[in-house]
Amino acid sequence: MRLVMEKRSETPLWLMVVSPLIAVGLPVLAAIIMFTLLGKDPARALYVYFIDPISDSWGLQEVAVKATPLVLIALGLAVCYRANVWNIGAEGQFLLGAMAGGWLAVITHGSTQGPWLLPAMMMLGALAGACWALIPGVLRTRFGANEILTSLMLVYVAEYLLDYLVRGPWRDPGGFNMPQTVIFEPEAVLPLLMEGGRLNIGTPIMLVMVVAFAILMGRTLKGFEIRLVGEAPRAARFAGFSEKGLVLTVFAISGALAGLAGMLEAAGTVKQLQPGISPGYGFTAIIVAFLGRLNPVGCLVAGIFIAITFIGGENAQIMLRLPLDATRVLQGLLLFFVLACDSLLLYRFRFVREARA
Amino acid sequence: MTLLEAIILTVITASTPLLIAAIGELVVERAGVLNLGVEGMMIIGAAAGIAAAITTGNSWFGVLVAILAGMALSLVFAALVLGLAANQVAAGLALAILGLGLSGVIGAPFVGVQREGIGKIEIPVLSDIPFIGEILFHQDLFVYASVALTAGVWWFLTRTRAGLVLRACGENHAAAHALGYRVLRIRLLAILFGGGCAGLAGAYLSLVYTPFWTSGMTSGRGWIALAIVVFASWLPWRAAVGAYLFGGLTILQLHAQSAGVPLPSQVMAALPYLLTIIVLVVIMRARRGGAAGPACLGTPFVPDR
Amino acid sequence: MDATQPLLLAEGITKRFGALAANDHVDLRVMPGEIHALLGENGAGKSTLVKIIYGLLRADAGRLLWQGRAFAAESPRAARRAGIGMVFQHFSLFDALTVAENVALSLDDAGTAKDVAGRLGDVSRAYGLPLEPAREVWRLSVGERQRVEIVRCLMQDPRLLILDEPTSVLTPQECEGLFETLARIRAEGRAVLYISHKLEEVRRICEAATILRGGRVVERCDPRQETAGSLARMMVGGDVPALRHDHMLAETPVRLAVSALSLPASDAHGIALRDVSLAVRQGEILGIAGVAGNGQDELFAAISGEVLSPSVAVAIDGVAMGQADINERRRKGAAFVPEERLGHAAAPRLRLTENALLSGHATNGFVAQGMVDRGRLRSFVDGVVRAFDVRKGPADPEARALSGGNLQKFVVGREIARKPGLLVVAQPTWGVDAGAAAIIRQALADLAEQGSAVLVISQDLDELLEIADRIAVMFVGRLSPAVPVTEASRESLGLLMGGAES
Repeated sequence: MRLVMEKRSETPLWLMVVSPLIAVGLPVLAAIIMFTLLGKDPARALYVYFIDPISDSWGLQEVAVKATPLVLIALGLAVCYRANVWNIGAEGQFLLGAMAGGWLAVITHGSTQGPWLLPAMMMLGALAGACWALIPGVLRTRFGANEILTSLMLVYVAEYLLDYLVRGPWRDPGGFNMPQTVIFEPEAVLPLLMEGGRLNIGTPIMLVMVVAFAILMGRTLKGFEIRLVGEAPRAARFAGFSEKGLVLTVFAISGALAGLAGMLEAAGTVKQLQPGISPGYGFTAIIVAFLGRLNPVGCLVAGIFIAITFIGGENAQIMLRLPLDATRVLQGLLLFFVLACDSLLLYRFRFVREARA
Repeated sequence: MTLLEAIILTVITASTPLLIAAIGELVVERAGVLNLGVEGMMIIGAAAGIAAAITTGNSWFGVLVAILAGMALSLVFAALVLGLAANQVAAGLALAILGLGLSGVIGAPFVGVQREGIGKIEIPVLSDIPFIGEILFHQDLFVYASVALTAGVWWFLTRTRAGLVLRACGENHAAAHALGYRVLRIRLLAILFGGGCAGLAGAYLSLVYTPFWTSGMTSGRGWIALAIVVFASWLPWRAAVGAYLFGGLTILQLHAQSAGVPLPSQVMAALPYLLTIIVLVVIMRARRGGAAGPACLGTPFVPDR
Repeated sequence: MDATQPLLLAEGITKRFGALAANDHVDLRVMPGEIHALLGENGAGKSTLVKIIYGLLRADAGRLLWQGRAFAAESPRAARRAGIGMVFQHFSLFDALTVAENVALSLDDAGTAKDVAGRLGDVSRAYGLPLEPAREVWRLSVGERQRVEIVRCLMQDPRLLILDEPTSVLTPQECEGLFETLARIRAEGRAVLYISHKLEEVRRICEAATILRGGRVVERCDPRQETAGSLARMMVGGDVPALRHDHMLAETPVRLAVSALSLPASDAHGIALRDVSLAVRQGEILGIAGVAGNGQDELFAAISGEVLSPSVAVAIDGVAMGQADINERRRKGAAFVPEERLGHAAAPRLRLTENALLSGHATNGFVAQGMVDRGRLRSFVDGVVRAFDVRKGPADPEARALSGGNLQKFVVGREIARKPGLLVVAQPTWGVDAGAAAIIRQALADLAEQGSAVLVISQDLDELLEIADRIAVMFVGRLSPAVPVTEASRESLGLLMGGAES
């Protein structure tokens, strides 16, 4: 008996639905093994990880707050990956957005501005993210430099830039030499949606974006262009679409979304700039994008799921003394299983008997 | 020891891990596989290496465990891209993320534990030659190993039949299969070799370079190794040049800082990453229409049955 | 060895891919010193059968006897050791490696390239097939590449040589050279299994034939006793409708004019276009013949607008369009069908409606304010499917799910449905079954008769002689003047394809 792979000519619908579920189920199984190896009660660990975060209103709000940047970034990355453009520097674009939005909050600090301030910060954040993302975009279209490496290298550059700013020119003079800016004025902080929580208007903005991107990818010619360039570049040229133009477009789109997410995080959750402003949202969003099968609505569901593991991981660190990195292992495994399940969609696996000749 | 001697010695130590990892990845890519997970395999090597060394008290055992850890992680990658024909870029990213996470879990109990680094070997008589002796004949075993690896890989790729077959798989996997070569098996071996090299490079970081564990201690070296392979146009000796170029710059940057160059330290620290970008652009410009790497690089192969 | 004992005997070979039986109880008998034709349409199971013989695939059932002994090739290596050599249709050469390295890879006992150079010289001299060992394969012409393949097979001293469609990429004169080589190989007592669908040459050089249809053996015969027509009927299982087409040689208005078009090669492997001029008139079909890789792809790209050229170099209906992109040319009434079905003309993993959008989004009113009108797409696809008899299974399948012939009917049909004033099509029936090929050729002829100009680029000289009104030949980036098909002969065209001055 041998196991062989055959290309499917058509992917059945049930498999498209079931495969992400398998992809989630297997890492949970792996997590149980890992918890056991680390000497923790797996049932309790699973409860802390997956159930506790969504068992009360406070937890649900936290999940929404964490999911917001993840989904926003993942929406843009999904567009990129659909077009076969490998932007893995969303973390840097996120930081640039936070810095650009934060810059406006810092220089207007101590004076009263109008209601224009927040929209201006958002625009600035998105613009800065887009510009930062266009660097690897231009380097690829103009010089053919590999965008995977250049976009990633720019993450380190962005981190050092933020570090420099909050230790140098933008440091809070009254902050006991801590590397951070002033706390933003109330009018530079995102309004809360309800009293006594942390849920702010960032979340509805994210939901609007999900709908917008679902329409863009599913219904418009632009969405078709993005998919075609990724699927068959030569056919895209035959359709009269410019690959270079599209590479720049998707870089700009994903950079703008990551930048917007960074600005929302700075002005909504953190309310100042500091080096640790992102717990790796830009990298985790890569997992969200794939888990969501590069589909906008899928990204929303996947983002919520990953946000739960984020909160669960923090809880587990406190309650079970599990290392925080255990969450990253879990997320890494998740991405592995998602990719493995994607192969199930493209190929059929079959046992064949050896012929006796 | 003169200052120049000291600088050259530190350049060698900074370049060695880059070279070892780059040589491993070079073989993988020559076989037609793009493994972007070097960073993950490298850091798992660093974490597993120091964990094993501290637990057993034997640094060489730590090195062995590091190599095995790198290979184990690369095996996961191989299962995905060879066994399941998954997208190599995405699988490589997954490997990087998983490796970083796993290294944190493995290294957590050992944070802050200092240990003696693996010492240098003094080659009698030769190491007494002024200047040259100190630089060439008074190094740790890893440095010699990195040179031997480079020479060995060059010899393997250009002078042996097995090397020819490996290159053939990277150039046209369908044709190699049609001639009866086991493309997937050859690629598996190449991936394992790359994983072992990345693990070894990681061990160098945690057992020699900075002999203690800090999370994220590879700080992008795995990615720079990938850039070095592109820079080298997939040729082993050029990879050595690339590794020393990057290693040299890192050290220059440190010395410039201590010499009081009037630039913020963050600018200096960001320099290696900026240089990577610049080098990638320059090399692509210079190459216009020339060699663009193995023809099948990054494309999955599924034999029809 | 007993001359009455078959060299190779296959009995009841069966091989399934999913639900499809690619080989269904196939029997084959090849005698020593015989050139044996394996005939059949695309998809009849020829390639599957030879892959099983060569050890690339394993049969689900059946057995092979080699020189009277049971034999199962575990791998191509085992097949080669037994004495079976194979030359593939899509050459299995490594472009970036040298000739000697390529040869070394196919010899199991050889070491590296250095070791084989001497033996390579001996064999290539003995068979009159000159080769330069140190040259990289991508620098070689198609004919030279085939020479490399044949030489490296002969270096293994095989008893049986399998050739898969060897002449489809050669000029008529190069074919003659190949036939001479084959005669020499036969004279040495070696057998040849010759896969082809060119019936005239099979009648000339083969003394036995096995004919496959739908995975089964339908006939065994001596092709010298048959006519091309009778062989074709055995392959297809009935008559293929003859083309209805009157040659048109009137001085109608020129719809496509290419004037003194020169373009540099896009990369090291490309061909530069040199001073190419042609004119296609309303109501005529102009054919461009030539061996693959002589600039046809580059010419197609320049005419379609995938690659831009000096403005006056390409004119459609008298308007200079060299700088216009492909969609502007489409709006001017032009339509294009590239050679590569999957990946160029159609995206494999997109659905048929999306593949209709691919080439029609600028002209067919599928898009309003940036939004895609799915209803209109669906009814358009339904129309094409009906008109061209596209067998597609589910309502809106992905392009990769269609067979070659059906997908080709779709990509040709989706352009013709727009009633273009100019249609440029490359390899319209490459790798397509006879039924689909007949439908496509008739559609091209009908389109021309309705007043469109049609440009057909094809490697298949027989096809061009059948449907074209005038024929020009491409060689290393240059195009010969077009001659009326009534004045053209295979020999004169073949000389041009081989680079002789006109």
